[in-house]
Amino acid sequence: MKFSVFISKKAICAELTATTKEGVITELVQSLVNAGDIKDADKADIIKAIMKREELGSTGIGRGVAVPHTKHASVEKLIGTVGVSPAGLDFESLDGQVASLFFLLVSPPDRPGDHLRALENISRQLRDDMFCRLLRQSKTIEDISQLLDEADGSSFGT
Amino acid sequence: MRPADKLVRAAAGFQCQIELERAGQIADCRSILSLLTLGATQGSELVLRAQGPDADEAIRVIRLMFDQQFDEHNVEQST
Repeated sequence: MKFSVFISKKAICAELTATTKEGVITELVQSLVNAGDIKDADKADIIKAIMKREELGSTGIGRGVAVPHTKHASVEKLIGTVGVSPAGLDFESLDGQVASLFFLLVSPPDRPGDHLRALENISRQLRDDMFCRLLRQSKTIEDISQLLDEADGSSFGT
Repeated sequence: MRPADKLVRAAAGFQCQIELERAGQIADCRSILSLLTLGATQGSELVLRAQGPDADEAIRVIRLMFDQQFDEHNVEQST
């Protein structure tokens, strides 16, 4: 599933400022609210659901990447955003490293496989060192947006 | 994604190489990033392969994990 299908470009965060797991999840969800992808009234519940999923095991998958996600009845299609934390933060990742790249996903409960199809694309792109490096170096929403477009065009990964 | 996490943790306990294959694509069981690239959803057909000194035991343990549905019991199985 290509980035353009599920990433809300208006919600991309080029410079995350949060320093904690809950903080960064809140910042990314707020960004989806600001972009109009999630209603403000659902924000607290979505953050709570994502944190609950994290309690079952961190979604910090290593290589400085985390993919916090949840299902939530308030969304009609899979929606996600990307954030870069220049400083990185402790996300209790599997490999013990700090996380600096975040892909947050919210999917409708009746489409349980969608986020796995998104994760398939995310993980394939992230195996490419160049993609990871360019994403970390991105300073603006436009940089990230362009990078995702190029990835969709198969410039990275295989 | 939780089953993938559990697979990685289980695979780390063996010396042998453990691979999962889906539709011709092969993933290393020690890497969650590799496993996620399979895009395997519930019901996907996978081939499990292990090579090394404790391969038989690895196959037995991992097959059991699949049989027991990773102890998820219908609770958000695919997340």
